[in-house]
Amino acid sequence: MPFIPHTEHDVKEMLATIGVAKLENLFDEIPDSLRVKNLPAIPASLTEMELARLMRQRAALDSGMLCFMGAGAYEHHIPAAVWDIASRGEFLTAYTPYQAEASQGTLQLLYEYQTMMASLMGLDVSNASLYEGGSAAAEAILMAARSHRKHKTYRVLIPRALHPYYRDVIKTIVGQQDIIQLIEVPFDAATGQTQLSAMEKDLHDEVTAVVIPQPNFFGVLEDADAMTDWAHAHGAIAIGVVNPMAMALLKPPGQWGKKGADIACGEGQPLGVPLASGGPYYGFLCCKRDFVRQLPGRIVGRTVDKEGKQGFVLTLQAREQHIRRAKATSNICTNQGLLVTASTIYMSLLGPEGLRQVAEACYLNAQYLKKKLEILHGVEVVFHSPCFHEIVVRLSKPVDKILRLLANDKIQAGFNLAPIYPELGECLLICVTETKTEADIEWFVKCLAQVLAMNSSTIKNIECAK
Amino acid sequence: MNNSIPKKLKYSRTHEWVRQDDDVLTIGITDHAQTMLGDLVYVELPEPESNVETGHECAVVESVKAAADVYSPVSGEVIEINEALLESPQLINEDPYGKGWLFRVKPFESEIAEDVAKLLTADQYTKQVASEAH
Repeated sequence: MPFIPHTEHDVKEMLATIGVAKLENLFDEIPDSLRVKNLPAIPASLTEMELARLMRQRAALDSGMLCFMGAGAYEHHIPAAVWDIASRGEFLTAYTPYQAEASQGTLQLLYEYQTMMASLMGLDVSNASLYEGGSAAAEAILMAARSHRKHKTYRVLIPRALHPYYRDVIKTIVGQQDIIQLIEVPFDAATGQTQLSAMEKDLHDEVTAVVIPQPNFFGVLEDADAMTDWAHAHGAIAIGVVNPMAMALLKPPGQWGKKGADIACGEGQPLGVPLASGGPYYGFLCCKRDFVRQLPGRIVGRTVDKEGKQGFVLTLQAREQHIRRAKATSNICTNQGLLVTASTIYMSLLGPEGLRQVAEACYLNAQYLKKKLEILHGVEVVFHSPCFHEIVVRLSKPVDKILRLLANDKIQAGFNLAPIYPELGECLLICVTETKTEADIEWFVKCLAQVLAMNSSTIKNIECAK
Repeated sequence: MNNSIPKKLKYSRTHEWVRQDDDVLTIGITDHAQTMLGDLVYVELPEPESNVETGHECAVVESVKAAADVYSPVSGEVIEINEALLESPQLINEDPYGKGWLFRVKPFESEIAEDVAKLLTADQYTKQVASEAH
């Protein structure tokens, strides 16, 4: 069904039918004191030519860098076919699918996405996506709380090694509800893994949920089996917050421990979504069948019409606010349709085998980088445990200055951990994906070595943005 | 279309029915309620051994077109729930006063007399349903 804007003639006709002289008259009810006459803070409009030039200038500031930064958003090669297909009008400007008979294309695609995601996570159900990884984690925690109605206070264990932005988002979304206590679990200074056993002595009451990142923010692989079993032994729900790309190589949440994790969520960006200066991305949320009625967001179901022909619909809508308002599982009433479209096409093109090969290439590149860095003077690999595609190194010089110097060499060398994890000291989180060649890695190491060899006073004088 | 309203039961204004057998009360939703809701697809029952409070929401019934709260007509402890409804919620549509019962309550001594006094007789409930019709 095409959606075409009204012409001036259409508008005149409609106004005449309802007996209104001008379009402005429809806003007569709004008191004059509430009307905005002009907006002085907003600059005058630009022509297409001026705007295109401005955006090119802005883009040039960031472009041409060799990217070794991860920290939650990852550079992967996206086959040209993905956005060629996702940019088709039928996908790019499809309307929101509440009218099933007019949205079968969109709904089928979402159903395929859900099927792939559930399969990748080793779980039964997936929703049609959320905004991004952080809010997905918050929704997972709220799901766990709702599923444990017996608890008077909900106690949720959150590893310090979980992405700091996710922890912030969780605090913001969940922190408004006094009955939910967020308890931080420390990580081991030597391995970088979360130490659940450290919690035993402090836990006198029930635990509602345990959040298990995989890999964690440091790129380190957690002992997900042990953490899942620990959660279940304490009557808690196990929530995996995972990198979906890593799940093509590692054991997925549905197979963790004896019973499998109950809920899995995370950031879908690695699967076919470009970095795009931070977004838009999408959050995924999957669970065991038992929890499906607590799953927030849209869920697409497959059914048959009265003639027995297959069709797709939004289903289990009593979870949503347009049916149950205050009792809804969440206030979300949308999904990231276009990004999910790109991800579905990406996963279809690569298939499970292709996805595994990409993940493996990332892992092997990280191992190669680790070997090269280990022998560098002024660099110390901090955690000696298995990792996916990110590693943490401690530098002999201030990280912010090193990053500035390497940026002059057109290298985005990584994410500065010092401000967020002061206990680690001058540490850098470096990521290597399949997009880097051996030559890229060797160039990175060479530039880092050169910068570290500069004398201290030179480095001290480097200006860094605050 | 006449919905049945058995004389021997008691009713609440919010369309629940109550049957008293000694010190056990059985609670369900009326024929009128299930007609209004349509085909039921899911029922969320209270936890056994939990307490319910008069006038407070204690269960949820979900049909293809709506999800409705069930309000407890009495205060007490839930001693039994109708597990058959988890697999077959349509029992409520087929037999709302029999096989479609929701849960059983042992009322609190101190409150039972007051609670029962507030319930409607079959005649009073019939009048209420008639006045709601539009």
